[in-house]
Amino acid sequence: MGDGALSDWERSSTARVIPPARPRKLAKVPFVELADGRLQGVVSSGSDIGRVYVSSVAAGTYAFACSTNNNRPCGGARGSFCNHIGALINEAVLQYGAERVVRYLKAEVPEGEVDGAVLASAMRSTRPPADGTKAAASVFSRFLRHLAYLEHPPVTAPLPEMQFFPPTRAVA
Amino acid sequence: MRTGLLTEPVDGLGEALEAIDAFDRALVAGLLRPQADGAAGPARLADAVAGTPLAARVAEAAAKAAAGVAGEDHFVALAAARTALLGSVHDALLARVEEAAGRTRDADTAPAAAERPPAANLLTAARAWLSDLARCGWQGLDHEVVSGAAEVVSAMLPDPSRRRLATLLDGFAAELAASCPGASAERFPVRRWADLWSRGMLLTVPGAAVAPATGTVDGRLLPLGIDLTEHATAAQAQVHAVFEPADGSASRLVRAAVSVPKPDTVVGAGIWQLLRPHMSLLAAAGEGRSMELTGMPVTAEGDLLWSDEHARPGEPAEAFATARVALPTATAPVTAPLDRHPARIAVPVFLEGYTARTDDDGRLTFTVAGTELAVDTDRIPAAGPLTPEAVATSGACIALIRWDAGAFRVQPLAVETTVRKKVTPVHAGAWAGGTADKAGARAEKAATDAAKVLSERAGRLLRK
Repeated sequence: MGDGALSDWERSSTARVIPPARPRKLAKVPFVELADGRLQGVVSSGSDIGRVYVSSVAAGTYAFACSTNNNRPCGGARGSFCNHIGALINEAVLQYGAERVVRYLKAEVPEGEVDGAVLASAMRSTRPPADGTKAAASVFSRFLRHLAYLEHPPVTAPLPEMQFFPPTRAVA
Repeated sequence: MRTGLLTEPVDGLGEALEAIDAFDRALVAGLLRPQADGAAGPARLADAVAGTPLAARVAEAAAKAAAGVAGEDHFVALAAARTALLGSVHDALLARVEEAAGRTRDADTAPAAAERPPAANLLTAARAWLSDLARCGWQGLDHEVVSGAAEVVSAMLPDPSRRRLATLLDGFAAELAASCPGASAERFPVRRWADLWSRGMLLTVPGAAVAPATGTVDGRLLPLGIDLTEHATAAQAQVHAVFEPADGSASRLVRAAVSVPKPDTVVGAGIWQLLRPHMSLLAAAGEGRSMELTGMPVTAEGDLLWSDEHARPGEPAEAFATARVALPTATAPVTAPLDRHPARIAVPVFLEGYTARTDDDGRLTFTVAGTELAVDTDRIPAAGPLTPEAVATSGACIALIRWDAGAFRVQPLAVETTVRKKVTPVHAGAWAGGTADKAGARAEKAATDAAKVLSERAGRLLRK
């Protein structure tokens, strides 16, 4: 960074840094995030409402993992992406926009319109390895932390700090 | 409104901001190592406050920072100097807006700092994290240093008295995480992150976040509009209003806010749904209704500490009638010393007789009495009937005058626009209390479904 004059964005106190999440239906995939160098999240089981799958795809290598929250491996994820991982990728594209997900995963996608299926198939075609890092527990605890945000009480004392966080109409 | 004043130079502004920029640049590279360029950044800040009571402590802190050996107390001193300097910028800019708006300030002065509570572990932990950030600099950001905030934030959020710092750190950390690794980022929001950093640092001083009620008020509250702010995991709705005391004394500008942490998937109408049950004023403002207050606590800054038991619905009160009749004579509250920052400026005004022009990039400008003012249409919440197009075709506007990146700008809260030859008010916060509007109802339904899924999942999984 040189000593040149700062641009308007650089000298703005309210510069927008992260576009807001886009609304999506949460029934199938209640949680998805781009964090810890992975696309990761939680997918509800289609057959048992008490069970969820923790799925992830690593940036760069696309190493994948899918297991239940009790650490039982997902039967569909032997050898390649299972349906849970497919659903996770679809919902990530809905929530963050294809461009941000592609950039985060460092994925190489064909030119033109990218949706979840195109992105999944581009990564699958590189024959990614299974991810042996066993991140399911930490992803699941991040999901619980995320859910806990529903439990914090509202306050009517002003938060002057929120003046630094204006909304934006820009979409991801 | 004498809008011409808003584009005239402000004495000393350029010099103050140059010192701020110099310090902010130092945070890009970080303060871990001795500074190559003779510590231009921290030293400039120290020079700028040389004539103030902060002088000695800041000079010492700047010297330590220059040598790459600054400790936590030194970082607090530098943050204090930066805050004081921007406080003076705030004062000069606010005086200018109030002069332009012809508004007088309350005679009250800001209250002296409350008695300092003892240091708390959580504040110490927050300060340690912010100090780590200052050392590594934005260019040195990685996931490890950023993730240090998560534990502090999780521990603070359940406690409403820690909400100011928790909400700030949470939003700040999310931005830092999205920009990791810093080494490969092309640019940084230099002033913004220095703002958030120094604000966080000051809030780690015990007692800094306390803004107690200084009395209670009885009278009539006339809403002007709703200002929504949000980051991925928090939202606040702040109602700007004119308050007419029951004892017949001068009417004054007040605010009332409600805020809540939220999962990042709760957006748009979902935010109104979270806030709505906790402040009846949101519905009143949306419907164009006044409220009668009895014994409502208020701070010296004119913030009502809202509680529904002290308020009941009053007569209809159209916001544009309030803006035309009651707003011009209302006095403005003072700003708490630590909150003085240009980003805090949000002065309600009524504008009419302007021409609106949209350039090729979609940027909207109002020309008011020969003065051009940028209109910040990006701040209009998406979950509402007000659109940039409606603002561009409006004939009158209730707005907040703000200042950012070197210029005053206009944030529309509501406009009067002509629909089928009839002048119709459109409010940014019209959906706050709920809506019968077709698009709004659809957004409400989607938000309700999303919230249901999350609560069901939370109920099933959280306490196992």
